Amino acid sequence: MLKLFKKGKEPEILRDELGRRAVIDIRQITKMYQMGDVEVHALRGVDLQIYEGEFVSIMGPSGSGKSTLMYILGALDQPTNGAYYLDGVDVSKLDEKQLAIIRNKKIGFVFQSFNLLKRTTALRQVELPLMYGGVSGRTKKAKAALEAVGLGKRLDHLPSELSGGQQQRVAIARAIVNEPAMILADEPTGNLDSRSGTEVMQIFQTMNREKGITTVFVTHDPWIARHTNRVIMLRDGVVVADRKVATPLVAGETERPSEAEELEGVFQEVYYGGKEEEYN
Amino acid sequence: MLILENIRVALSALNANKLRSFLTMVGITIGVTSVIILVSIGQALESFVIAGFENIGSNLVVVFAPLVQSNSKLLTLNEVEALSDVFRVPDALYVMPQDNMNRQVVANGVEYVSRIEGVDVLYPTIFNRDVIGGRFFTQNEVDGLARVAVLGQKMVDRFFSDTFPIGQTIRISGVRFTVIGVLSTEGGEGLTTFLGGDADDIIVVPITTAQTRLSGERVITGERPVDFVAIQARSSDTVKSLADQIRQTLREERNISFRDEDNFQVVTQSAVLDTLNQITALLTLFLSLLAGISLIVGGIGIMNIMLVTVTERTREIGLRKATGAKNSDILLQFLTESMTLSLIGGGIGISIALTLAFLVTTFVPDLDVSVKFTTILLVVAISMSIGVFFGAYPANRASKLNPIEALRYE
Repeated sequence: MLKLFKKGKEPEILRDELGRRAVIDIRQITKMYQMGDVEVHALRGVDLQIYEGEFVSIMGPSGSGKSTLMYILGALDQPTNGAYYLDGVDVSKLDEKQLAIIRNKKIGFVFQSFNLLKRTTALRQVELPLMYGGVSGRTKKAKAALEAVGLGKRLDHLPSELSGGQQQRVAIARAIVNEPAMILADEPTGNLDSRSGTEVMQIFQTMNREKGITTVFVTHDPWIARHTNRVIMLRDGVVVADRKVATPLVAGETERPSEAEELEGVFQEVYYGGKEEEYN
Repeated sequence: MLILENIRVALSALNANKLRSFLTMVGITIGVTSVIILVSIGQALESFVIAGFENIGSNLVVVFAPLVQSNSKLLTLNEVEALSDVFRVPDALYVMPQDNMNRQVVANGVEYVSRIEGVDVLYPTIFNRDVIGGRFFTQNEVDGLARVAVLGQKMVDRFFSDTFPIGQTIRISGVRFTVIGVLSTEGGEGLTTFLGGDADDIIVVPITTAQTRLSGERVITGERPVDFVAIQARSSDTVKSLADQIRQTLREERNISFRDEDNFQVVTQSAVLDTLNQITALLTLFLSLLAGISLIVGGIGIMNIMLVTVTERTREIGLRKATGAKNSDILLQFLTESMTLSLIGGGIGISIALTLAFLVTTFVPDLDVSVKFTTILLVVAISMSIGVFFGAYPANRASKLNPIEALRYE
């Protein structure tokens, strides 16, 4: 099953100044949709490297191409042009079956709406990726993943018996159980109240800090972005800013400020060339 | 392992929509029940009819002039004589003419229109009948037009329920006959049964006596006709050649030109069996096709409900794909679900059919409607095929869903 990773020539794996490998290496990708007679250019040449252990937010307004980028990063879609190396594999050249294997082995998805299966216990939810991966010792691994998100005592609960925050933690356990190269989270706190959101954020931060799990958030919420280490801003299909966060917030330690003061003094320098009002 | 998981998912999905699953299964259940019942009844009829024929007596060839054939000419004793010629019909072991009629019989104060069979001394040999009381008549009695009679069991019960029948006198059309013997029970089967009577409800008399005393029938030459001639072959291998020899001899006797059709009919047991088999097989097939229509309707029900299920679970499909399900995994999952539906429906149908078959056999003992194991295997196979065939389109649709659109689906 892993044959496909050896096929073709090995791409050179980029490393950053700390010597970390690039988990995501995107080179000049474009994505074009045909909508009726109109060609929509969702991505117009994006270059992006995300290194192992990073905690990155991808931000941008609606229509900026961040969703398209997320689907391509998640191997759910393929770029029209350009190359995408995920953990050393050129994803842009794979077929449906190989993409499914990549999603299974290399990517853990967390969605805004949890996307848990109805009528399925927490344990079985988490076993799902292991099952599709043909992994043995599923129950043990799934239990460990649920314990890691603090749900060791909720193994047999159905989604309807869990709170929103707990459901999202099951989803996180499902995302990490296959030990993927990265977690891709689409507005993971968007459907949660602030307390549950903080809980979930704490889990992401802990996993990133302690286990070095590469995490990519796709969000439009600057407050969430301030909890990550790096923010990539998209606009009209191109990256308009890519900056480190000066002092990332630790979830639960700071009260969420009012809308107006949210973005003040977040970044090391002015990170964005557009009009500032759009982000306030 | 994935198969087990698929079955588990299928069962829980079906369980979540109990009424819907039940209604869908009912279609298949009705179809399966009717297929099993109709096939089994067809098979029961087949064995019922064939069992009757296998008892006639083996290696038997029957020659007669069919009433429905316009040019047919009744057989006469002269022709029977020709058929008995060992040089012309070398494969014939026994040749026996028979003449049947219904006559008013009075005996022991009872009156009844009875079936009279005029036969000769070979009758017990050719038709495998035993004489359990008294004796059968002799060649002398046949030649001498003796007024002697041998009774079937039902005739004994009718006329002599309280008297020892042998030695008694009966009147057939006013002619006095002496009862000299009683036949064993034949069991309601055999040639007589097939020709429209009950082989135990007969009075057997010498054919000569029957022709002269009980029937005034003559053909145009003045000879007395017989109903049919039963001829037994020397072995089962010679039945076919015997039939050819009979035809040849009769055509010569009757001066039939080579251009003309036979004006008589030669029937072998195997030919009759073949015809009957064809008829019953056709009947069974026809009944199964009718039942098959209800199976197809049931299958369409499955397809319909699977299409609904796939639409309802679009997000689930998207999620499964996001966590690494290949198209083939999704295809298999939904095929498993449609097969589970059709197999459970089929299983219920099988149990209902078995119960019905048991009831029919209990209340109609003559018809042994036992469901064959092969029928059940066939039906299970059909149920599975329906699940696959009618589940294939919805499952394929599910597997081809774009994961992005599926995840976005509301």
